[in-house]
Amino acid sequence: MLRFVLARLVQSLVALAILTVVVFVLARATGDPLQLILPMSASEEDYANARQYLGLDRPYVEQYFSFVGKALTGDFGNSLRARRPVIELIRDRLPNSLKLAAFAMTVSLLMAFPLGVLAAVRKGTAIDRAAQVIAVLGQSLPTFWVAIVLIEVVAGRLQWLPAAGNERLASYVLPGFTLGWFVVAGMMRLLRSGMLEVLDSEYVKLARVKGVAEHRVVWLHALKNALIPVVTFAGIYFSILVTTAIVVETVFAWPGLGRLAYEAITSRDFPVIQAVVLTTAAIVALVNLSVDCLYAFIDPRIRYAG
Amino acid sequence: MPAESAVPDALARPFPVLGAAPPLGRGRRLPFLSLTIIGGFVLVALLADVLSPADPEAQSLRARFTPPVWDARGTWAHVLGTDRLGRDLLARVIWGARVSLMAGVLTVLLASAFGAAVGLVAGYYRGRVDAALMRVTDATMSFPVILLALILAVTVGPSFTNVVIAIAVILWARYARVVRGQVLTLMELDFITQARIAGASAWRIITRHLLPNTLNTLVVLITLQIGYVIIVEASLSFLGAGIPPPTPAWGSMIAEGRDFVTSAWWVSFFPGLAILLVVLAFNLLGDWLRDTLDPKLRQL
Repeated sequence: MLRFVLARLVQSLVALAILTVVVFVLARATGDPLQLILPMSASEEDYANARQYLGLDRPYVEQYFSFVGKALTGDFGNSLRARRPVIELIRDRLPNSLKLAAFAMTVSLLMAFPLGVLAAVRKGTAIDRAAQVIAVLGQSLPTFWVAIVLIEVVAGRLQWLPAAGNERLASYVLPGFTLGWFVVAGMMRLLRSGMLEVLDSEYVKLARVKGVAEHRVVWLHALKNALIPVVTFAGIYFSILVTTAIVVETVFAWPGLGRLAYEAITSRDFPVIQAVVLTTAAIVALVNLSVDCLYAFIDPRIRYAG
Repeated sequence: MPAESAVPDALARPFPVLGAAPPLGRGRRLPFLSLTIIGGFVLVALLADVLSPADPEAQSLRARFTPPVWDARGTWAHVLGTDRLGRDLLARVIWGARVSLMAGVLTVLLASAFGAAVGLVAGYYRGRVDAALMRVTDATMSFPVILLALILAVTVGPSFTNVVIAIAVILWARYARVVRGQVLTLMELDFITQARIAGASAWRIITRHLLPNTLNTLVVLITLQIGYVIIVEASLSFLGAGIPPPTPAWGSMIAEGRDFVTSAWWVSFFPGLAILLVVLAFNLLGDWLRDTLDPKLRQL
């Protein structure tokens, strides 16, 4: 088990290292950052001074290693727009994003579980079809459109819930639902097919023969084993949530990483963009790593498969 | 020796391993609804010049915010109404179909071709090649699509080509992963060993024996991902990093109508409805294809 965890850890680190190279190259390939920092009236001499001061005159390899070294200690430089250390911005915004992601994940689980289990138990009936329609609808509606409709109807006309901000728990409902609904379909389908497989198995039949109540058979005996494939896909759901959150946070004015990224990109604030991309990627990698380890722990066959 | 020539030839033979697909007509009805919707939108996209009732970019300040025809203030001149600049919404939705479908199909084709190639090579050679390619795949997968597209849009400028490239550059990784997984299984089977003993070259084994056996899965993934790509493209246009105005794209149309939802709901509503219909149709078709061709495939 320890060997598996270590090997996976090294793999994640290598993937992250590749990503730092990409981010570094993208940042250099997209024009002279000095043109953004220095005023229009800057002279040749000003440029040369600034270049030396920021270390941009050194060889690229050297620049790259100093970039990585600083990033490792949490030093991503200063935001060009906010004129504050980037790490402070990230520290402000990251918890909000994580809270929203956790809330959205809860929403999608709360929807996917009953839908997936019901669809499997009532396979081929109207309930099955209705459950699948609810799930696939969430996947087919653009999140920003759902967001606009919810803001207009639920927050605007009905005045039931707040449309923006994150001060109260009620503010989580609309963005959390918008984000959560989008990934329900995948989870629900995995649960449904998993349940169908398990409900057909010998041990479930045995439980029934023994006289275990049907709801216990379904919700306890069968569901436990139908969960394994859902666990393996948790990492992918999470990375889709992170990506979609950029759009949802922007529409709901949610002060998270996604909106920070959007603001940074529209104002060409490169230090912030680098930091957001690396932070997001590190979190996604960490989640994937934990999911894989959890899976290997649940299912020992994985450990030896390489 | 182009790969295309190898595919139809191989397709003619039965799929020995993963092709447990039952022939059509045995209890599985074709998904007529999805096929009709997709066919309809493809026709609309192809015939946009003929079908469009007006120039999608022609402005008319006098006709601003005309409601749809069933409203008391609506007219037959603008069946779905007009937007903030008096542009005909029906014409814009029709022309938007061309943009969305082209972006979806092109992106997924590019991504799947590249991803499948990487997956085939990684699975065939295994060892270090596999390890190296899979690390790159992992790194790619941890990069949020929308973030990369936004970076490209701001640095290189938003354009149709950049949107397609930005999404494809990330999306291929999923194909590489799935295809590699299948190839690893296939490599253990006797027919590959026999092909090797018979002296088949790596190229031949990959194109004639491995690729045809991954086609089912590829077709399912491609269909399922067209819908996802259309949504991502629309999201980018919505954020202002997709297809730049005044070209009608569904995402940017929704964004333009966003501030007027209370007074002119139709401006954002109809492009949203169009996205919903197309994406829903592709998702349902993809689900159907998966159940038919590759029931074991698990993915979103």
